[in-house]
Amino acid sequence: MKRRNFIKKTGVASSVLGFGSFSLLNSSLTKVEEDAKQITILHTNDVHSHIEAFSNTHAKYPGRGGAARRYAYINMVKKENPNTLILDAGDAFQGTPYFNFYGGELEYKLMSKMGYHASTIGNHEFDNGIENIAAQLAHADFKLLNANYNLKNTILDGLVKPYQTYEMDGVKIGVFGLGIELNGLVSKKLFKETEYIDPVDVAKDTVKKLKNEEECDLVICLSHLGFNYSGRKICDVKLAQQTRDIDLIIGGHTHTFLEKPSLIENLDFKNVLVNQVGWAGLNMGRIDFYMKKEKASKETLIEL
Amino acid sequence: MKTQIINILLICISLGALSCEKEYVKPVKINYKQQAIDANLMADEEIENFIAPYKSRIEGEMKKVLSYAPQSMFKSQGKYNTAIGNMMADAVLEEATPIFKKQQNLNIDAVLLNYGGIRAGISKGDISVRTAFDIMPFENEVVVVELTYESVQKMIRYLMKKKIAHPIAGIQLQLNHDYTFKKASINGEEIKLNDQKDKHFYIATSDYLLQGGDEMSFFEDNKNVYHLDYKLRNILIDYFEKKEQILATVEKRFTVSDSF
Repeated sequence: MKRRNFIKKTGVASSVLGFGSFSLLNSSLTKVEEDAKQITILHTNDVHSHIEAFSNTHAKYPGRGGAARRYAYINMVKKENPNTLILDAGDAFQGTPYFNFYGGELEYKLMSKMGYHASTIGNHEFDNGIENIAAQLAHADFKLLNANYNLKNTILDGLVKPYQTYEMDGVKIGVFGLGIELNGLVSKKLFKETEYIDPVDVAKDTVKKLKNEEECDLVICLSHLGFNYSGRKICDVKLAQQTRDIDLIIGGHTHTFLEKPSLIENLDFKNVLVNQVGWAGLNMGRIDFYMKKEKASKETLIEL
Repeated sequence: MKTQIINILLICISLGALSCEKEYVKPVKINYKQQAIDANLMADEEIENFIAPYKSRIEGEMKKVLSYAPQSMFKSQGKYNTAIGNMMADAVLEEATPIFKKQQNLNIDAVLLNYGGIRAGISKGDISVRTAFDIMPFENEVVVVELTYESVQKMIRYLMKKKIAHPIAGIQLQLNHDYTFKKASINGEEIKLNDQKDKHFYIATSDYLLQGGDEMSFFEDNKNVYHLDYKLRNILIDYFEKKEQILATVEKRFTVSDSF
């Protein structure tokens, strides 16, 4: 079991020992950053129609969240690094009267205005029926991605793609979406002929395509499966363990507040970052990938 | 074979590579930072202005007064029956009955909702659209479930076991002081726990409970399910709108004798 990633816990610069590579011996952290291309990922999950901040008297989250403040942060980061990809892991809908009144129109309009690149289908996206998802997509300038729902016999056929690739500063990024089993969670009346397919098999096929055909340098999964279940039910942690070549899983559904991404070893004993930032737009996650042409065995410094 | 290996080695050395490994564009370093979205960030004005008209329309609609509550009602007021629970079950019975009648030409025998589904109380004073949203923030819809006599017996046993004020209408349940079964009826018809009858009952509930929510598994074993396409929240709104006042009356639908 060879660990290929090197997790750095402190901010102190240290040298990296590759095998026999003397040229890297004195490379400092800043040098790594300077030589590499920086790709920034900003992400949310389970915003649940929390367009406004919680009131200042809210028992649990006084004054937290709100789209206008989130956008201020996005702008700050984009100014720092224009090569920023903005992603969401589903359940943008349901939770405040904004959804009850407008059916998700404002949620999707705001995500478009904020420059989101992609989101995925959470179970609550179905709350006003699959037709409503199709209707609201008219307000979306971002992609709604899902690879494991067969939507062939639904109104979403052709409107939802399994994956999307993005090129930033010459780095190719593949993003794909995975959704949770709908039976027992959402009424069939709402999801209609949507067919759930095993996420692990689909993830393996999709990643292969992204790596081999699309030649992506980074692979990101937008998952609405949930962070971690002890039973047999598939979750982000199991998905990471049972696949290869996924760099990052941005999760949702379980409203899990992770202080930092979990590192889960995949089939190749490489670390996959699995993250989730609670819900309601209380937080935004920021992950910076410094990309460089290197040998596959070259260790990755991970500062969490 | 041997010469091939030597050749490869020579090629590698001649290329000046340190090993034969292929190179990829890959992450050499990853950083993470979580940003709390809070008052330390200046709200973007453009977004605020964009939200404003949506917000004012909602606020206008939400404060629309529908009825009046002369007294407050909270679900904590009562062990086996509460005024707010009675009211919710009554509202479902009153609003869903004509729709079910029109759709299937059948009557609703009883209503069963769940105590946990009462998400807020009603404060003394005006009842507005917001009150309905507070009580029922979810999109659940009312369904009518056709149950056999046997399933209805299971439902009664469930209520006996849980001993909480689940909102009911059309159901009467009496227990002895030691919580043993005394008497029960549904829509006036006596239900005994140990006999068999070839009779079906139409129970209105929420689609959440139909799916086994709150361990109400007896709903899963049904003869038929009728969807009325009517949200519980809209039932409340329609019910409030019709009544000048919503009275906090507690009817003893579920009782436990306190005498020996």
